[in-house]
Amino acid sequence: MTDVAAEEEARVRIRCDADIVQARQRGRALALRVGFGPTVSTLVATAISELARNILLYASPGEIVVQSLERNGHSGLSILARDQGPGIPDIRQAMQDGYSTSRRLGLGLPGVQRLMDEFEVDSKPGAGTTIRATIWKQS
Amino acid sequence: MQVPILKQGPYLIATIQSALTDADLEQLRDSIVERVGRHRARGVIIDVTALDVMDSFATGTLADIAHMTRLRGAKTVIVGIQPDVAYTMAHMGLTLEGISAALDLEEGLSQLEAEGLPERGP
Repeated sequence: MTDVAAEEEARVRIRCDADIVQARQRGRALALRVGFGPTVSTLVATAISELARNILLYASPGEIVVQSLERNGHSGLSILARDQGPGIPDIRQAMQDGYSTSRRLGLGLPGVQRLMDEFEVDSKPGAGTTIRATIWKQS
Repeated sequence: MQVPILKQGPYLIATIQSALTDADLEQLRDSIVERVGRHRARGVIIDVTALDVMDSFATGTLADIAHMTRLRGAKTVIVGIQPDVAYTMAHMGLTLEGISAALDLEEGLSQLEAEGLPERGP
């Protein structure tokens, strides 16, 4: 993991459901601008939507930061979802299909993991959660 | 962002015209379910061509609409899911199981007509 540099970014605070739309639209625009095709850009917008909703449901306010990056000559895009909420007590459980504490489908986080190439969750009880999901350009 | 719902014979046609917030989707659900009763509709078409993403919330809400209208005696067909959106849904594992979909408005209407749903009495 050498030579990581953020090139361009979009940052959106998540406080209400209109912010979810704002975050995914800016993320899609950034993906298109740095050369991802419309299919991957839709995929990125969908992943952002899920991560932003997660913040709103459990840990608002938080923020979504979308960054284009280069690593070892490959270009990619990462979505950072950051909050100072209560933290995810059991990450393995939260990553299970169909698990939800809010009576929803429970496909949000595992769905994002399936969409993106890399997915990391860093959560400490009481100290918030940071999720980073990255997708790389096919060369 | 209000979604216009038009009545066409025994059917209701809701055409989403831009990205919707979660609250907009819930409002769409409530007005469709209410209008099925008010207009005694037998079928509902929801055109999602202009929807920017179908994430778990949008998919779940559309599934709820389809199930709720069915319980009120009307069939719902989702039309206009774009190829990129379909790709993302498939990869994410979002399904619209048990819910009818059609390519576009025209095919959605013929699907409802093929069901031969008669108009309800007054």
